[in-house]
Parts: sequence; C-alpha cells; structure tokens
Amino acid sequence: MCSVCGCGEGEVRIGSDSSHALPHEHVHPHDHGPEHAHAPPVRAPGPMPSDAERHHYGTGPARAHAPGMAQARMVQIEQDILSKNDAYAAANRRWLAERGILALNLVSGPGAGKTTLLARTLRELSEAYPMAVIEGDQETSNDAERIRAAGARALQINTGKGCHLDAHMIGHALESLDPDPGAVLFIENVGNLVCPAAFDLGEAYRVVILSVTEGEDKPVKYPDIFRRADLLLVHKIDLLPHLTFDLERCLEFTRQVNPGLQALCVSSTSGEGLEDWYRWLKLTREARLVGHPALGTPSAARDAG
Amino acid sequence: MHEMALCEGLLQVLEEQASEQAYRRVRAVWLEVGALAGVDVRALRFAFDVVCRGTLAEGAALHIDQRPAPAWCMQCARQITVNTLLDPCPDCGGGQVQVLGGDQMRITELEVD
Repeated sequence: MCSVCGCGEGEVRIGSDSSHALPHEHVHPHDHGPEHAHAPPVRAPGPMPSDAERHHYGTGPARAHAPGMAQARMVQIEQDILSKNDAYAAANRRWLAERGILALNLVSGPGAGKTTLLARTLRELSEAYPMAVIEGDQETSNDAERIRAAGARALQINTGKGCHLDAHMIGHALESLDPDPGAVLFIENVGNLVCPAAFDLGEAYRVVILSVTEGEDKPVKYPDIFRRADLLLVHKIDLLPHLTFDLERCLEFTRQVNPGLQALCVSSTSGEGLEDWYRWLKLTREARLVGHPALGTPSAARDAG
Repeated sequence: MHEMALCEGLLQVLEEQASEQAYRRVRAVWLEVGALAGVDVRALRFAFDVVCRGTLAEGAALHIDQRPAPAWCMQCARQITVNTLLDPCPDCGGGQVQVLGGDQMRITELEVD
C-alpha cells in the first residue's frame, strides 16, 4: 500500500445497520447514476485546437513514433478525474431529494468531537424528526455503536487504509440504511481536514467542525475544507476559559478563506449554543422540503417527523 | 493525501474510454490541475506510477499542466490570478480578492494506440 497516502480500494467495508435484520447484498437495483461517458468523439490526428497556453503542443504522435510502429494517436477527452465520483454523488443527491432527506457531510480533524456532538443532538432531537447516521472511520464500529446507544439508526463504513468517504460508498450505505423520508441524515466523515474536501458525497450541505482545543489558525492551514464548507461549528467552547484560543482571530481566519461561512459556537458538554445548531437544522430541513411533492407542506413535514 | 484515490479515478476513466475510443494502450496522459485543487503533484506522480502498474496505462508518461486560479480583485476591478486562497492581489497587494476557480482536475488529452 502506498506510503504517501495509504488510500486504496479493496479494503473498504460497509458495516451492517444492526437495526436491519436482512444481510446487505449487492443485487438490488441501485442505479449508479447517469453513465457519464459521453466524451467527445475521437479527433483525427492532426493539429490540436488553438490554445495559446498549451505548452505541450509539439509532442504530437507524428514525431514521437518511428514509421512501421503502431501509429499512436491523440484522444481529447476533457474529463474530470473525479467524474466517476461526481456521477455517484449526483445519483445520491437525486435519491435523497426524492425522499426529502437532508444529508449533511460532517468533516473535521480527528478528535474535534463530531461523534459527541452528534450523539447529544440525536438524543435531544429524537422526537422532532427522523434521523440517521452514516459513520466513516478507518477501523472499528465504535462510533456507530455510540450513535446507536443514543437511539438513532447508524451504519458504519470502515475505509481500511482510505482517508475519506466517497460517493460510491455512500450510495451503498444509503441502500442498506434506507433512512425515512423527510429524515436528517448525518454523514460523519473520516477525521481528516485534507482529503474529504475533494469528494462530493451528494450531501446538501457540508458542515465543518473545529474544536477550540485545536489551533485557531486551522482555517488558513487547511483552507480547502473550510472554503468548501457551508456551516462552521466551533466546538467545545466550554473550554475557552482554560485555553489561549482566540475565537475572534479564528473567525477572522475563517473569513479569509470563506467570507460567507456562517459560524455557530457550541459545546456539547455545557449545551451552550446548541439551540442555535438545532434551529439551523430545523430551518434547513424545512427549507429543503419546500416544494417536495409529498412532504412539501408544513403539516406533511411534521407528519414525517 | 488522497492522490492515490484520484489516480484510481483517473485509471477508471482510462479503462472506460478504452472500449469507447478503441485503444489498447495509453502512452501518455495530459492533466490540467488547478492551483486550488488540493493536489500534491509529486504525490500524484508517485501514485500514478503505482496505480497504473499492470494496467493498460503501465509506464505511461504523465504531463501535468498546473494552472493558477482566476480571481477578481475588487480594488483593481479586474481579473487576476492567484496560487493560494490567501494570496493578495499581485498588482495592488490588496486582500479583497474573490477566487473564481482553480480547483479543476481534468484529463485533457491522451496519447494512445
């Protein structure tokens, strides 16, 4: 396995949702989304389109190959490296939208308190609307068990050596977990402030969690993940009196990379700020349901809960 | 960190295109990588060689075209380019810079036979 990143396929395990009695099989008609291979047709060998910035214009096949050898040719495909992942993400997004499910991708470094925050949220909102959790970790199903202990349905994905969740894993997890229509689905990504930034899972919003026991300059040290987030939760603020963490400075750093990022300061120990988080969840869920054919009215949204 | 997974995605595209575009071998791959794509080019090259071993792209040359990110400087009221999210405007030095892109990771061309 690669010593640079350790990512690899073949070691991903999608755990069972223990509330489901049925074993998960891969025979159900899960649509993996639009097959997207609509690359432009092969161009005949010859001059490439004019693009003044291309610095490899002169490396065409005619000069690279001796006569008599198989004639190489150039193929222009213009395809994103992550197009496969993005197609799965689009399929997930559609699947979730049809069911009126609000999916949130929770990202943070290890130890920021995602699971603790989630467990308290699930306990305190258990009466409000259905919720489900997909847990991503390299190993163990400890987090899924903590979530189940809080009374919610949870499915564990173990990524093995992988450093992030991808949309394909989430597609399979959705089949097994099958969250209720109108639910809020929390996807707790692998604790990592780098890699999860690049992988769209099909979520509606990305929530980044930063605890005050980390450096206040995390937003500028790991700008990608903060730049692509929709909400920042500054966590463990009950510890602020004991730390040198400068909250204002942290928020200023955040604004440098993502000027519009909304920030909420919360503590799942003292409960401070949680009302705001719950209100954000409630309003965001309701906003997503507006216009939904079955759940689009306030009473239907309530009934789903 | 995730360059290995990116290369696996890249290889998937190459394998899918093989039947569609009727080729058996990939000799060279051209990528366009934006400055804000979060990609470490050295790790990407390393991962590419490892991932392509034993595949139709074994030994293929990897050409990476790194592009700066387009951005808008509010003060100069014109388009500029930056290389990180926190770069000031190269002309006026101001920080009122809105990044407009630069996170692309695209395969642009292949040399195949």
